[in-house]
Amino acid sequence: MRATTARYDLIRGIWKENPVLVQLLGLCPALAVTNTVANSIAMGLATFFVLVGSSLLVATFKNLIPHEVRISAYILIIATFVTIADLVLAAVVPLIHKELGAFIALIVVNCMILGRQEAFASKRPVGRALLDAAGTGAGFMIAVLMMGAFREILGNGSLLGFSVFGESFEPWIIMILPPGGFLTLGFILLAFGWWRERKAEVIRIRQWPHGVASREEAA
Amino acid sequence: MRELPTVHKGEAAGAAGAPPPPEPPTVSSRRLMVTLSVAGAVAGLAIVLVFGWADPRIQAHRARVLREAVREVLDAPDRYKTLYVTAGGLSATPPPGVDTLAAEKVFLGYDAAGQPIGYAITGSEPGFQDFILLIFGYDAVAGRVLGMKVLESKETPGLGDKIIKDEEFVAGFRDAAAPLVGVKAGRRTGDEHEVDIITGATISSRTVIGIINHRLETLEPLLAAHRARLAAGETLAAGKEEGP
Repeated sequence: MRATTARYDLIRGIWKENPVLVQLLGLCPALAVTNTVANSIAMGLATFFVLVGSSLLVATFKNLIPHEVRISAYILIIATFVTIADLVLAAVVPLIHKELGAFIALIVVNCMILGRQEAFASKRPVGRALLDAAGTGAGFMIAVLMMGAFREILGNGSLLGFSVFGESFEPWIIMILPPGGFLTLGFILLAFGWWRERKAEVIRIRQWPHGVASREEAA
Repeated sequence: MRELPTVHKGEAAGAAGAPPPPEPPTVSSRRLMVTLSVAGAVAGLAIVLVFGWADPRIQAHRARVLREAVREVLDAPDRYKTLYVTAGGLSATPPPGVDTLAAEKVFLGYDAAGQPIGYAITGSEPGFQDFILLIFGYDAVAGRVLGMKVLESKETPGLGDKIIKDEEFVAGFRDAAAPLVGVKAGRRTGDEHEVDIITGATISSRTVIGIINHRLETLEPLLAAHRARLAAGETLAAGKEEGP
C-alpha cells in the first residue's frame, strides 16, 4: 500500500483520478441525467452524500465486518444511504426527483462508490476515508456539472433555467437527448486527453537532454 | 505508449500481485449471519425513520399537485368535491374495501354560488415514450372540455413534450366540444370539435385527444346519471369538500 498524504487523498479524486473524466466510472448517471444543470446538481449532491456516508461507516466498522461478507455489507450500507437520499429528494425537491426518476435508486450500482469502499475506505483510517470520499464525490460533481452546463446551454439555450442567448437562439435539441450525453462526454474526454498529452510533452521537453529526449524514444 | 491512468496503482497491487493480506483462517457462519442481520436491522430502522419524516411531505406534495391541476382545468372553482367511480355510478363515499388513494375518482367543481361548473377527470394511455397521465375539465351540461393539463409524461424533449409546453395546443382544448377531433395545423374548418395537432408531436397530440375521448365515452353514462341526481335535489353537502 502506497503511503499518501492527507492532502493528496483529498485532491486525487477531484483532478488526477477524477472518477468520470479519468477513471471513466459512474458514466451511467453522468450520461443519463446531465441534461440540465439542476439535475446535475441534484445527482452530484446525492452521489456525494452516499459516497461520504458509506465511506464513513465502512471505515468505522471495517474491523467488525468479516472479510467473507464485506461486499454484501458494503452494498447494504450503500443501499441504505441511497434509499435515504431518494426519500429526502422526493420530500424536498419533488420536481427534480421526478426528473431523475430511477437514476437515484441506481446510485446503488455506481461502481465508483463500491470501488472506493473496497479499494480505500475498508483499509484506511476514518479521516483519510472521508477525505478520499469527499474528493471523489467532488470530482464526480465537477464532471456532471461540466456536462450539465454544456448540455443545457446548447440544448436549451439556458443555464439553471435562465436564458443565456435570448429568444433568437434555436436550441440544439439533440444535446438534451441521450445522444447529446455521449457527444458531450466525448468532447470533454477529448479535451481532457489532449491537455494531459500536452502536459506530458512539456515535461519531456523540459527534462531534455537528461530525461527522455523525444516522443519516439519514449515509445 | 502512454501510461494508463494510475487508478489503483498502489491499491490494486495488494489484490493482484502480492499475496492477499493474512485473514483469520475461518470465521464461523454464526458470526457472518449475526453481522449481516445486525447491519440489516440497523439499515431497516434508519430507512423507517427517514420514511416517517418524508412520507407526509411526499403525500402533501401529491395532493397539492392534484389540487392545483383540478383548479386549473376547471378554471378556478370556488370549491370541489371528490366523487368515487363505482359500478353503480358516482358516489361521494368510497366503495367499501377500496383504498381511497387508489380508487378511481372524478372531481366536481362548484362556483361561488354553489352551482356545479364541471367535472375534472384523469386519464392515462401510452403515448410515444411512456404512459401520459393527464387531467381535464369537462362541462357535462354543455358537452365541452374546459381545459387540459398533462400531469406526467416522458415524451421526447423538444418534440413530444410540446403537449405540455405549447401554450396554443393546451389553450386549444378550452371550450372544444366533445368528442374531440384532431386536425393538422392550418386545416381547421372552424368546427367546434376541432383541436390542433402539433407538428412533430403527432402521436403525443393524438394520444392526448384519445385519452379525453375514451374517458368521456366510458364515463358519460355515469356523469349523466349523476347530473340527474343533482337535478333531483341531491344536496351539495353530501361528501367531502375541499377548498381551492
